[in-house]
Amino acid sequence: MTNRQELNRNLAQMLKGGVIMDVTTPEQARIAEAAGACAVMALERIPADIRAAGGVSRMSDPKMIKGIQEAVTIPVMAKCRIGHIAEAQILQAIEIDYIDESEVLSPADNIYHIDKTQFEVPFVCGARNLSEALRRIAEGATMIRTKGEPGTGDVVQAVSHMRLMQSQIQELVGKREDELFEAAKQLQAPYDLVKYVHENGKLPVVNFAAGGVATPADAALMMQLGAEGVFVGSGIFKSGDPAKRAAAIVKAVTNYNDPKELANLSEDLGEAMVGINEHEIEVLMAERGQ
Amino acid sequence: MRIAVLALQGAFLEHEKMLRELGVDCFEVRQLQDWQQKKDGLIIPGGESTTQGKLLRDLGLLAPVREAVESGLPVFGTCAGLILLAHDVEGNSPSAPVPPRLGTMAMTAARNAYGRQLGSFHTEAFFKGAKCNVPMTFIRAPYIMKTAGNVEVLASVDSRIVAARQGNQLVTAFHPELDADTHVHEYFLKMIKNR
Repeated sequence: MTNRQELNRNLAQMLKGGVIMDVTTPEQARIAEAAGACAVMALERIPADIRAAGGVSRMSDPKMIKGIQEAVTIPVMAKCRIGHIAEAQILQAIEIDYIDESEVLSPADNIYHIDKTQFEVPFVCGARNLSEALRRIAEGATMIRTKGEPGTGDVVQAVSHMRLMQSQIQELVGKREDELFEAAKQLQAPYDLVKYVHENGKLPVVNFAAGGVATPADAALMMQLGAEGVFVGSGIFKSGDPAKRAAAIVKAVTNYNDPKELANLSEDLGEAMVGINEHEIEVLMAERGQ
Repeated sequence: MRIAVLALQGAFLEHEKMLRELGVDCFEVRQLQDWQQKKDGLIIPGGESTTQGKLLRDLGLLAPVREAVESGLPVFGTCAGLILLAHDVEGNSPSAPVPPRLGTMAMTAARNAYGRQLGSFHTEAFFKGAKCNVPMTFIRAPYIMKTAGNVEVLASVDSRIVAARQGNQLVTAFHPELDADTHVHEYFLKMIKNR
């Protein structure tokens, strides 16, 4: 692993215990920062609107991203399409702090992900299970997140991804050393990463929850299931009182094990995003890029 | 000896791991109730200083922590912790209200002084507290632009101040908790013992 990859893993470590919020304007970015976001994800449309609009969804206009970079001091992330090397190069050229190679946008490549080891800026990628997570890490991702169904306000998929990931990790921990070669074959993942998980009981990079988180309780649930932090997309700026909801989710992530505090935080937040459940949607974004 | 580790956001687990390796007991501070416990020192970890500052204020921790530091509790702030302890900070968002902080140490810190993530770097440099070189990892790091009063400079990189001490307060712009070297943490433990 290169020095740069180590530094990029380190940045993800600094985001732990925090909330990364989707924002579409400098004004929203300032609201997110003031509410305590540890980073923002700059994008033209939040996932709920991407879903509603249909069609091809691409990287955001660099000018719009720069506007957000100028508005806040916290790290700014942005999404590129799966496999879209040139979009990633453009985001690197504007000195983005983290690229999300994201299934929320339309994939540019149905087979290959970006070789992220060729970049200086860090990448976060989605994973539904340990197998996908280790492949993305092998490609150079320095942070992983669940692929909960974005734009739905339904946390069910993020929960199943996180539970599956944790149980697969525990399964590897329980194996004998001589069983790891077969485990690597089954997982379709590099042996050295499988061995790392076996020895350390965790991924070699930070693992966040993402997709469908809409309430402080959702965020606390994901933290209790082993997430090291939370992405909130449509859940904030599709709700009745974004600033209040954003601040409540930030506090819920810090005190995720204190039900009394969570009760206080859940009070009087106004309307949550309406939400649609996974059976009502036509495109399962989590199926993209495996 | 028992050390409080501020665990509102950021890389607090890394500090806890290092303290345990050095055989020191610690506990996490996530709310006011945790803070009431007896403690011999406080670590403020790396992370986002705006997030941590806001949570300190909203959870009612800002005043009691400031009071404890002002009355001599040894404190060690890394990166975001340095910003939270700095009396003055440059590089805040021009349009946003200045985020809350402790402001107990007589220095001016420059936020994100090395630029964005592409400016993050690793190096080795002399740390006066241990009289040897130590590894230094800078992640979207600040540095100290100027110091006042009795602040002692403990390390500089490219003639920029990256570690300093003022009485019971120790700060580093880099992250000793990310590297295996324990010299800086040992120096902090010595500060506590010699108090």
